[in-house]
Amino acid sequence: MSIANSVPTKEGRFGQFGGQFVPETLMTALLELETAYDEALNDPTFTEELSYYLKDYVGRETPLYYAANLTKELGGAKIYLKREDLNHTGAHKINNAIGQALLAKRMGKKKIVAETGAGQHGVATATACALLNLECVVFMGAEDIKRQQLNVFRMELLGTKVESVESGSKTLKDAVNAALRYWVTNVEDTHYILGSALGPHPFPKIVRDFQRVIGVETRKQILEKEGRLPNAVVACIGGGSNAIGMFHPFVDDEEVALYGVEAAGAGLETGKHAAAIAGGQLGVLHGAYMYLLQDDNGFVQEAHSISAGLDYPGKGPEHCYLHDIGRAQFDAITDDEALEGLQLLCRTEGILPALESSHAIAYTAKLAKTMQQDQVIVVCLSGRGDKDVHTVRAALGGDDK
Amino acid sequence: MTTLQQAIEQAQSAGHKAFIPYIMAGDGGLETIQPTILNLQQLGVTAIEVGIPFTDPVADGPTIEQAGERALAAGVTLRKVLQTLASFREDIKVPLVVMTYFNPVLAYGLDNFAQACVAAGVKGLIVPDVPLEESEILREALNPYAIDIVQLVSLTSPPERITRIAAASQGFVYAVTVNGITGARANFADNLEHHFARLRQASPIPVLAGFGISTPEQVKKMGALGDGVIVGSAIVTALHKGDMTTVEALIAASKDIRTKSTQ
Repeated sequence: MSIANSVPTKEGRFGQFGGQFVPETLMTALLELETAYDEALNDPTFTEELSYYLKDYVGRETPLYYAANLTKELGGAKIYLKREDLNHTGAHKINNAIGQALLAKRMGKKKIVAETGAGQHGVATATACALLNLECVVFMGAEDIKRQQLNVFRMELLGTKVESVESGSKTLKDAVNAALRYWVTNVEDTHYILGSALGPHPFPKIVRDFQRVIGVETRKQILEKEGRLPNAVVACIGGGSNAIGMFHPFVDDEEVALYGVEAAGAGLETGKHAAAIAGGQLGVLHGAYMYLLQDDNGFVQEAHSISAGLDYPGKGPEHCYLHDIGRAQFDAITDDEALEGLQLLCRTEGILPALESSHAIAYTAKLAKTMQQDQVIVVCLSGRGDKDVHTVRAALGGDDK
Repeated sequence: MTTLQQAIEQAQSAGHKAFIPYIMAGDGGLETIQPTILNLQQLGVTAIEVGIPFTDPVADGPTIEQAGERALAAGVTLRKVLQTLASFREDIKVPLVVMTYFNPVLAYGLDNFAQACVAAGVKGLIVPDVPLEESEILREALNPYAIDIVQLVSLTSPPERITRIAAASQGFVYAVTVNGITGARANFADNLEHHFARLRQASPIPVLAGFGISTPEQVKKMGALGDGVIVGSAIVTALHKGDMTTVEALIAASKDIRTKSTQ
């Protein structure tokens, strides 16, 4: 039986994970969203419109690039990079933002709310809203606004209102809280474009489906280039949208090993990390039952990562499920290792990866060395690193500000 | 009939409407819980909603969120609140209804939580992030201990859903009076009469209005729509400031509403 197509159930469960843990005011909106989404998927005009924008506006399909220099440097398995960094706006986030914005229009919603951490999903949503003439407000933690000033300005240029979130840890988790509150208050004319494979059903499914294009293209491209499926697929995972989009078309191919790379921050032993699966506790946050960083009292703990996009205390329910059934393996990479991965890719291939994606590169550097030269790894290079130059410079001591 | 429902119906037979204040447990420290509850009880409230602080209170507005942050900073947890309540249980005469987000309950363990509720004399539970679809697990765990699971109905709930929620809710139905989060507001939608009429017709148990009710005038207006009101943010603010005059005025307003039979 197909594992990939067996989840979620109609109750929105991936095994024990997922569900709909939200205030009653949002339930009708979620049920309507589910119905509208199912109808859209079966309507050729919707899928054709989406394909049109993904091709002519986003620039898909993205290349699957054989990283010959990196492969040679590491001396192990052949490494291919799925170049999501070459998408319009510089990351995979646009795939989902365009899809959900089209869905919102179809549902007759004129206003959009979204959360953002690093700002990539905020920029992608602001872009889709500019394109499709939707009004947009993005909530962003005050800490992240400090870290990602340029993305804030970018969103404003695109006509989006950016709201600073001053409560809690002032990062992505609190931005989601604020976006949910806004949605509860404005639910009748507003759609919430959730950016990761998180939240209440049907969001984890919708985000996965709109990001599946990554894995679908990769599968076709690697068959063309290598005549076979890869031995391993690697992706970084915060909430898990690029990873689930990459993994999903390979889930039923048992011979393909799936590796999700969490952020180990300053190190798992320090407690300052974002590795919820490695942390091993189960809980409910933002509508879903999942692995969650929390204390003994069930209070959600702050995540820590040099990469704002991985700085979230939970993991999407489908990843939790893939972990529990042993279909995917999850490991963690520290801030320092990610910085090394970033420099390695710059030096060998002339590609500056996002700090998020650098976690996947760093993990691949370890993994490739343990594999044979005739084996193949595909890495999801989920975004480009231009947004992180300032952070990287500060971390590497080039700037003591 | 459960203890909670009985208390609400008694308020009605006494010729007024039920009044349930919400407090943020431990806003000001755990030691404030006992005097606050005994004080409110003395003032003639119908029941008391005991709020538990949480790191991510998505259904709450700034007033309750900030009260929660103060309580968290004072080290307040679900476990400690229930232990504190248990310590003066004999003095508590009104039903207590715990309001908490789901994750602290999960972390406590459902059965441990249920037993701690019994020891604390808790009669009901409201979990704002557990809608009808996910609520069976709570009734299974808590009903054996005679603890009601109160469900919320919102303005966005369609008629068919309202009927199912009213049938599942225990003690009373919590009718959310706004699309939004907790906290004071000046205006309410104008279709509330129709909403409440339908809700009361669908519900075999009392219907209480809550969210945004913050002045004596609003207590009267909203109280008249159903069987009583829940007042949160206004009580939390008044207690934080030590302003008992406001608390008394809100409670007095609920006694001013003449009860009339369901239309």
